[in-house]
Amino acid sequence: MKKRVFLSASALAVMALSSAAVLAQDNAFKIGLILPMTGQQASTGRQIEAAAKLYMAQHGDTVAGKKIQLIVKDDTSIPDVTKRMAQELVVNDKVNVLAGFGITPSALATAPIATQSKTPTIVMAAATSSITQASPYIVRTSFTLPQASVSMADWAASKGGMKKVVTLVSDYGPGIDAEKFFKDRFIFNGGTIVESLRVPMRNPDFAPFLQKVRDAKPDALFVFVPSGAGAAVMKQFLERGMDKAGIKLIGTGDITDDDQLNDMGDGALGVVTAHHYAAAHPSAMNKKFVEAFKKANKGMRPNFMAVGGYDGMRVIYEALKATKGQGGGDALLAAMKGQTFESPRGPMFIDAQTRDVVQNIYLRKVERQGGELHNVEFDVIKDVKDPGKSK
Amino acid sequence: MLTILFDGIAYGMLLFILAVGLAVTMGLMNFINLAHGAFAMVGGYITVLLMQRFDVPFLLCLPIAFVGVALLGALLERTLYRPMYKKPHLDQVLFSIGLTFMAVAAMDYFMTSSQQIVQLPEWLKGRTELGEGALMLGMGHYRLFIIVVCAALTVGLQYILTKTRFGSRLRASVDDQRVAAGLGINVNVVFLSTFAVGSGLAGLGGALGAEVLGLDPSFPLKFMVYFLIVVAVGGTSSITGPLLAALLLGIADVAGKYYIPTFGAFIVYGLMIAILIWRPQGLFVRKGGKA
Repeated sequence: MKKRVFLSASALAVMALSSAAVLAQDNAFKIGLILPMTGQQASTGRQIEAAAKLYMAQHGDTVAGKKIQLIVKDDTSIPDVTKRMAQELVVNDKVNVLAGFGITPSALATAPIATQSKTPTIVMAAATSSITQASPYIVRTSFTLPQASVSMADWAASKGGMKKVVTLVSDYGPGIDAEKFFKDRFIFNGGTIVESLRVPMRNPDFAPFLQKVRDAKPDALFVFVPSGAGAAVMKQFLERGMDKAGIKLIGTGDITDDDQLNDMGDGALGVVTAHHYAAAHPSAMNKKFVEAFKKANKGMRPNFMAVGGYDGMRVIYEALKATKGQGGGDALLAAMKGQTFESPRGPMFIDAQTRDVVQNIYLRKVERQGGELHNVEFDVIKDVKDPGKSK
Repeated sequence: MLTILFDGIAYGMLLFILAVGLAVTMGLMNFINLAHGAFAMVGGYITVLLMQRFDVPFLLCLPIAFVGVALLGALLERTLYRPMYKKPHLDQVLFSIGLTFMAVAAMDYFMTSSQQIVQLPEWLKGRTELGEGALMLGMGHYRLFIIVVCAALTVGLQYILTKTRFGSRLRASVDDQRVAAGLGINVNVVFLSTFAVGSGLAGLGGALGAEVLGLDPSFPLKFMVYFLIVVAVGGTSSITGPLLAALLLGIADVAGKYYIPTFGAFIVYGLMIAILIWRPQGLFVRKGGKA
């Protein structure tokens, strides 16, 4: 049964491709944007959609004689739904490019469809290292978790002067990724991991875990939890007086997500994180981006998801320009590989070999800037490739 | 050691306040209300909204959350719940779980799915430490506050149920509706107010818990299991049963996660299974009471 559905789906996909020649004559260039617009990850969807629309508003919707059409679908972060939507977009709507993907399983579910239909697929959010290896048609414009956690480990062991660290992560794919890469690199740099704690996803109370950390008396606590839970960890961290006990809180930028940071209160002050984008990144381009984004979205601050969506659109636009609107999936893909450009996050490029993003990872500290809490960059590690690919 | 015990008690007290309304409706009114968590969530959101948008002080938000949710409970009791009392339990379960899903979706739509953050007043943020070494007792002020509030509520509830006229009317209505009505007790009003208070307590629990447990639209589903465990283990015929059950679970949960973090998440369930095998009616069941 499954096999048959699969066969007919691929047959349809092939038909869709053969009709691509017909399609080339009409003037639409369709981008199927699959995002979680409802449910737990909805803020990811909101940010990326807003950023994609902003890019189109700024750069026009006609490129190389083609009219760009954005089709947004809500997959509610359920991989089966993502897959079905990707199929519908490819077969019925005949999209030229797929994009979006809030969580890793969604991106992985789409990979086979991208491969079969030769549709370039831009991952704008999901950050597990292995995604780009799942299909030769996947290009990523967000970041990879190992990029952020390894950079954090490098900084903590050298300039941070930390010797003993406890890790605390949510018990799911990205959490375990973060733990593993941080741990390996930190030990490699001569540090000690006193304890590695994994918190269940549906964890109501961090108290016992944090108490354990406190009793272990490390120099720092490395945290990776889904954004949202970060605020709870931070508050209980303070409530337990751990900052006064000399323990520092470090992590990837997910815990000080710009979307929520300002609501977290002064408890977040001084938290050090490593990440590829901060709304406070001091460049002219970013200032313009943040301003335009806020203006178009009732003052919502762009976060790292938004910048992934914005740059994803840039990659698609430029590929379309380079192919003069003529090429199919393979030509577009070729034009995406190796793009080097300045993004609001700073310089970045798409590695032609891995199709993954290479970018600066910044060390940031939460500070008050102009009355609002911001991740303020104070150090940078240049051109970080995804360490997950070196195996 | 003592700190863990303290945290466990605070957590247990919070669970108790959240679940006691469920114990009341289930045990006394014989109605299975799985939408209980939704009332708690509403209480949490009332608090967050009042604090964020209107700068209402935290302490004032708590009674508002209680009253607001109690009124909502009364309204729903009159319109939706009352016709369900006589229906079989399966219908009640399906009805109330449907209500829960609607509440989750509605909150998601109006409030977005992101975590809401409560800013406590300064005096609740601190922490007091007593003693040294293994016997050191560190008390977060907010957790201390929870314990005090919940203990006061427990005493109050117990008093109302066992010592006041309303309490005896309620127990009479539960034991035999027809006779109670025949004796001139307005059964509908008794049930209405009981349900309202039960929901109000959930709302208060949600308001108190937003800080510790986090608050997002999936709250009712996330904690439904915990409520049900408290009620199942504690029995539904008294206030003390769920209280002790909640404390036991709270302490076991916190201690389990501290000492064996790898299995921490399962300890509560293991404990529940063990207790229910040993005493299938729950830990504290009054003999001859209506189960």
